[in-house]
This record gives sequence, C-alpha cells and structure tokens, in this order.
Amino acid sequence: MNPALLHSVVQIADDHLILGHRMSEWCGHAPMLEEDLSMPNMALDMIGQARTLYTYAATIENQGRTEDDFAYLRNDREYLNCLLVERPNGDFAHTMLRQLYFAAYMHPFWEAMHKSTDNTLQALSFKAVKEIAYHIRHCGEWIVRLGDGTDESHERINNAVSALHPYTAELFEVDEQRLAGIELGIFPAQAQLRQVWDKTIDQIFHQAKIKVPRTDFNQSGGRKGLHTEDFGLLLSQLQYLQRAYPGSTW
Amino acid sequence: MVAKRSADINAARTIALSVPDPELPFLTLEDLGIVRNVSIDGDTIVAKLTPTYIGCPAVSVIEKDVFDALTKAGFNARVIRVDSPAWTTDWITDTGRQKLKDNGISPPETKSTSPLAAKNTIALFSQRTVACPHCDSTNTEKLSEFGSTPCKAQYRCLHCREPFDHFKCH
Repeated sequence: MNPALLHSVVQIADDHLILGHRMSEWCGHAPMLEEDLSMPNMALDMIGQARTLYTYAATIENQGRTEDDFAYLRNDREYLNCLLVERPNGDFAHTMLRQLYFAAYMHPFWEAMHKSTDNTLQALSFKAVKEIAYHIRHCGEWIVRLGDGTDESHERINNAVSALHPYTAELFEVDEQRLAGIELGIFPAQAQLRQVWDKTIDQIFHQAKIKVPRTDFNQSGGRKGLHTEDFGLLLSQLQYLQRAYPGSTW
Repeated sequence: MVAKRSADINAARTIALSVPDPELPFLTLEDLGIVRNVSIDGDTIVAKLTPTYIGCPAVSVIEKDVFDALTKAGFNARVIRVDSPAWTTDWITDTGRQKLKDNGISPPETKSTSPLAAKNTIALFSQRTVACPHCDSTNTEKLSEFGSTPCKAQYRCLHCREPFDHFKCH
C-alpha cells in the first residue's frame, strides 16, 4: 500500500465526482435541449472517470472499501477535491467556465499520464483524454459565444471570470504526497501543466474578447479537506440515499 | 457444466460475440469490437471485454448480458473488464459500420481518414466532414457535440434536411 498514491488518487477522483455531481444538477434545467443533453453527458464522463479512480483507490487501500464507500460514506473533511469543482453552478456562464478551467487542466494531465509509471492510471488516461477534449471544445466555444456575444452575455462571462478565477491556482498545488508521486514518475510536474493551461485559457479568452485577470489572492483548502459552505449542501444531496437507507442497492 | 476445452471455448466465443449492444441493439459485441478474448480457466469460461466509454451506463449492462448469455448456455462464466489497451472506434468492424449507416447513424471516421481525430484536437469551432447516412451528402452541419448516448453527436443534413446521429470518433 502506497499512502501517498492513495491520497493523490482520492484527490483526483473527488474532483471528478463533485464536478460531475454539479454538472448533473443541470439535468432538465438547461437553456435548450442540446445543452440539456450535453451537460449530463459531461457529468457522465466525470462520474465514469471518478468510478474508475475510486475503484483503484480501494485497490490501493486494500481494506475492503468499494467505490461506493468512497463516494457516499465519507464526511466532508475527508473529501479532497479542489474548491473550484464544488462552486455552485450559478448561471450558464459560470458552469461553462468552471468546466473549461478544469478541462484545460485535465487534458494536458491525461496526455502526460500516457507516460505514467502507474499502469492503471496510464490505461485510464487514453480514454479520459478523448472525453475531456470534447469538454474543452464545447465549453470553450460557449465562452467565445458568450464573451463575443451580447452586452449581457459579455457581462455575465466577465462576472464568472471574476468569481471563479481565484479558484484556479489550487489546481496546480503540490502537496508532499503529490510530490512523492511526481518523483516516482506517476504524475507529471504541475509547472508543465500550468504552461499548457495558461496557453489554452489565453487563446480562448482572446477569442472571446475577455481579459485574463491577475489574481493576487487565491482560494485554497479543498485539497486538505477544508471546504466552502456550499459543499455541505452538495454532500447532503449526493449522500442522501445512502444515509437515509444505508446499504440500499438497485 | 464443466467446460471441455476447444469446442466449448469456440461455442462460448460465438455466444459472447453475438450478444447485442443494449443501446444500439442492431450491433453485436463482435461488430463493436469489444470482446478481447474468450478463454477457459479450470471449469470456467472467462470473457474479457474492453469498455467503450468510461462513463457509459451500457458498459455494466453489456458485462451482465455476456455473463447471462454464457450462464444460460450452461457455462460457468466470469466476465473481466480490460482497460488497456483502450478501445477505439477503429475497432468497429466494417459490418458494424455498415449496420450503423443502415440504421441512420453516420459511422465514425477512422484514424487513417481523420487527421483531426487522430490528433485529438482541442481547436475550437473545428469542422470535420461528416456524411449524411441517408443521402451521402457531405453538406452537413453539427448541431451538438453531445447526443442521446455518450458515443453520439447530433448533425443535420443540409441537402436532404434530415437530422441524424454521428458516432463520434474515439
């Protein structure tokens, strides 16, 4: 058992589960039918990847826990997702931007993972990178339409940028567990991912006629289990069934 | 029933390959190219399958369908998920492609015909040429990258005006 690897895998799995859950909240509420299909589809990608990662975490831990135990039966402080993914959906601009920020990080991550020394994560990377490429395109195109659209859409995407940009630095944090994984060649160096992320965001924002803000104060804490107030409400919904009817299956 | 080597393996392989996909029931698992291997371990038939899309709800249904089909035929069966190498739409057989088209779904490009797909591009507003499965016109437009299942995108033919699904190249 490699506790450092377990820690990092749970962080990544939690990012995907929580963002997938947020995305699924749009199901039935999207502004048009195509989006009502696309957002649950992205949610499915996220949750599918989370399942694979949780199953792997359970294997590493080897204590008899399953993917469901990780997803449904932990307390808030045990979830290690970054704060960005738990931010509420807000309006459509917020949701598209949150997904773009995350996808622009995960795409170079999974690409680099093709060379990972970890066989399970390497295998996952080949599937995940294709799925996440769709997310960048889909959300990126929306950012451009909104930024280069009407006065109102431009204002809304700018508001989303102001609200969410301070949460992006946490994506690139390196804790001691991650550092151990980087040194073993399991994970790529974060600085390398940052460069690609900056380039992707710069290009899309330029096309969308919005400015990349300079943030002097960045939000952080999720990776250590310190979450925002909204997270408790999210968990109460996510876990409701297993808490109210323990062990229920269907 | 105790499986008896080669004759049984062949029979079991035929059964596994002919299981229909739950979401595209006109396609068999052979058409999709997701059965990696059927072998025997003691008295148990072991079928190895590769999932198509990670989050596709059909994956666990397919695994159960294969298990049920083998069990019904009298085999002790075990189904194993193999993640690596990852499935790609290039593994869909020519028969599978034709069946997709016959059912109004434009088949995925192959890597050799689609530089865009091979590079797994993230370029925005990029256009790929997708032929209408009804009239073969390439004068088509994308409506959405996402469709009724994770494997499909939505297009519209500007020639015959029919909307259609496109099986995404993965």
